[in-house]
Amino acid sequence: MDTTFSQIAWLIPVFPFVAFLLLLAFGRSSRTIGVALGSISSLASLALSLLVLIEHMTDGTKYYQYAFKWIDTGTVVFKAGFEVTNLTALMLVVVTTVSFLVNVYSAGYMKGDERISVFYGYVALFTFSMLGLVLSDNMLTLYIFWELVGVCSFLLVGFWFSKPEAKAAAKKAFIVTRIGDAGLLLGILLLYWYMPDHALDFVRIGNAFEGGSGVIAASVTTWIAILIFVGAVGKSGQFPLHVWLPDAMEGPTPISALIHAATMVAAGVFLVARTFDIFQASQTAMDIVAYIGGFTAIFAATIGVAQNDIKRILAFSTVSQLGYMMMGLGLNSMTGGIFHLFTHAFFKALLFLGAGSVIHAVHTQNIQEMGGLGSKMKITAWTFGIGALALSGIPPFSGFWSKDMILNIAYHEKPGLFVVGVVAAFFTAFYMSRLFFLVFMGKPKGEQHAHAHESPSSMTIPLIVLAVLAVVAGFVQTPWNDTLGNWLTDGAERENGGGGLVMVISAAIGLLGLYLGWLVFVKGMIPRDFVSARAPWLVRLLERKYYVDELYEWLIVRPLRALGGLLNAIDDYVVDGLVRAAGGAAVLLGRGGTRMQNGQLQTYGLITAFGLVILIAAVALRRFW
Amino acid sequence: MLSSYLTMAAILFCLGLYGALTKRNAVIVLLSIELMLNAVNLNLVAFSKYGVVPSLSGQMFTLFSIAVAAAEAAVGIAVLIALYRARGTVNVDDYDEMRR
Repeated sequence: MDTTFSQIAWLIPVFPFVAFLLLLAFGRSSRTIGVALGSISSLASLALSLLVLIEHMTDGTKYYQYAFKWIDTGTVVFKAGFEVTNLTALMLVVVTTVSFLVNVYSAGYMKGDERISVFYGYVALFTFSMLGLVLSDNMLTLYIFWELVGVCSFLLVGFWFSKPEAKAAAKKAFIVTRIGDAGLLLGILLLYWYMPDHALDFVRIGNAFEGGSGVIAASVTTWIAILIFVGAVGKSGQFPLHVWLPDAMEGPTPISALIHAATMVAAGVFLVARTFDIFQASQTAMDIVAYIGGFTAIFAATIGVAQNDIKRILAFSTVSQLGYMMMGLGLNSMTGGIFHLFTHAFFKALLFLGAGSVIHAVHTQNIQEMGGLGSKMKITAWTFGIGALALSGIPPFSGFWSKDMILNIAYHEKPGLFVVGVVAAFFTAFYMSRLFFLVFMGKPKGEQHAHAHESPSSMTIPLIVLAVLAVVAGFVQTPWNDTLGNWLTDGAERENGGGGLVMVISAAIGLLGLYLGWLVFVKGMIPRDFVSARAPWLVRLLERKYYVDELYEWLIVRPLRALGGLLNAIDDYVVDGLVRAAGGAAVLLGRGGTRMQNGQLQTYGLITAFGLVILIAAVALRRFW
Repeated sequence: MLSSYLTMAAILFCLGLYGALTKRNAVIVLLSIELMLNAVNLNLVAFSKYGVVPSLSGQMFTLFSIAVAAAEAAVGIAVLIALYRARGTVNVDDYDEMRR
């Protein structure tokens, strides 16, 4: 039982926080300090996280927790602290790896930006909050960090705030996730209300719910689980609240990779996994998680087919993959969800950074304006291709294994969701091949793309590292080898074997999608307007993202804005009116007073006489009542 | 008997008050003030003769008050002359130093 490194795991988030503070203080003085501080602090965190992970992989070490008394209200004591489980150790490594690579990458990508130190400060703050979220040992501090990552996301989406779209996207991201956060807060309050001793730490939550022990009534359990899931829906861009994630692509591309692909949006999945005992105690909640996830997976994948913005395609793909993770969790497989989170973090970060490299070269995000970049940007093209294959679920890339695992469980548990997953996988493969072929193959379009060239090494090296990870990350859990599942759930989940058929189907469907994309966009055997010529309404529907934004605009935004206008008018005319009337009366009184004080003795005399008359009248009339 | 004297005094007082408040010429204002004083004197005399407790002290008071009024008029005229020398006017509208 050696827990040397786990005991100092609290240092992991401290490094980026110190970097953030230093950047806050000295960021203005130097343009290079950001790169240096950000990279060094995230490298330190990465190193320590790796040590913690290695420590946890050795036998015996399973767990370390430390908590101190935070708030003592006399009746209830809140403790705060950190907890290192196998799940958190894994998440720590994922977050710090991506964070470090994005820090390095940004040195090249953000080079010309005059607010680069501010950017690095925000990234460091985000890394700190995300690591704090992962390490939290109770719901309360988790909620605080949960909101902090939301703030960082807001700041970074709106980083180029001079663009009105970026400003709007930042606000949208913040407000839509706030809706989910409200649900999470209610869930925490319910937990606080019903838990014995009002305990909010994960250990005691786990004990209270484990195996439906009946400490808490079944209906309450379901409500708690659903409310927590609402928080996860907001953060992870699941179906009703997915609208913010594609818009969040207005932020700098490294941010899209770090926050909106690999780490923060996975926080919802992480939260469900962290409170998995609650979900396991309620079958209803589990089904909701599974069906929302499955629906989101296919819903977003179909939208991805018709988009033309390279980052938006990847954003919808992220939404879709997060749906897969939720589906895996909802099918009672924590390993499936977390495994897909793990592989997805690497290949999606790779894809986003690759997209950033492309955007860096051609200064456009529209894939219809790109083409033939493969010969000019070899490293980007190759690494992007690996990422695309991993995402499409082609063996032996990592995405295949994790997706296969979820599909395998779905096949056994809920065949309906299996079909949904397979169809979504087909669309995924199709839009990835469309993206890849349109961007890297064919002929260059436009003059400025002729001198597109490979990005600097600070950008390509992270791509290569991530590409390697995207290939090998899947081998921690294969149908023949359930290392990850065994390790993650302490041997509770052993679901391997019997997946031969599923594996063939999933690989075949991925290849079919890629082949179809190749036929359409390279060979031209099927004309590109095959669908749009026959069913323009369908393409339009997908392009407009099923009109969800418009629906929200008319159903929610406009009525709310009208209500706001009404309340504002009441404030302006009724409340302010009263205030103004009071003020005006005083002013009028004062003005009358100044008019009387004119220095004319006769006027004073007149007023005095009037006052006397009034006084006499008052005294005289008093006898009448 | 008493009420007619008092009414007479009240009319006299109101005339004086009206003049003191409306006239523009400072000398007339001073005269109006004398009128009001005399209305009071009239009251005192009336009460001393026809009041509930008739007594001579009311008439004595009147003599004092006339003497004081004479002194006041002398001081008032002196002030007015000084003001006229300084400002070149006897129009009370122009005497608005208290405003400044």
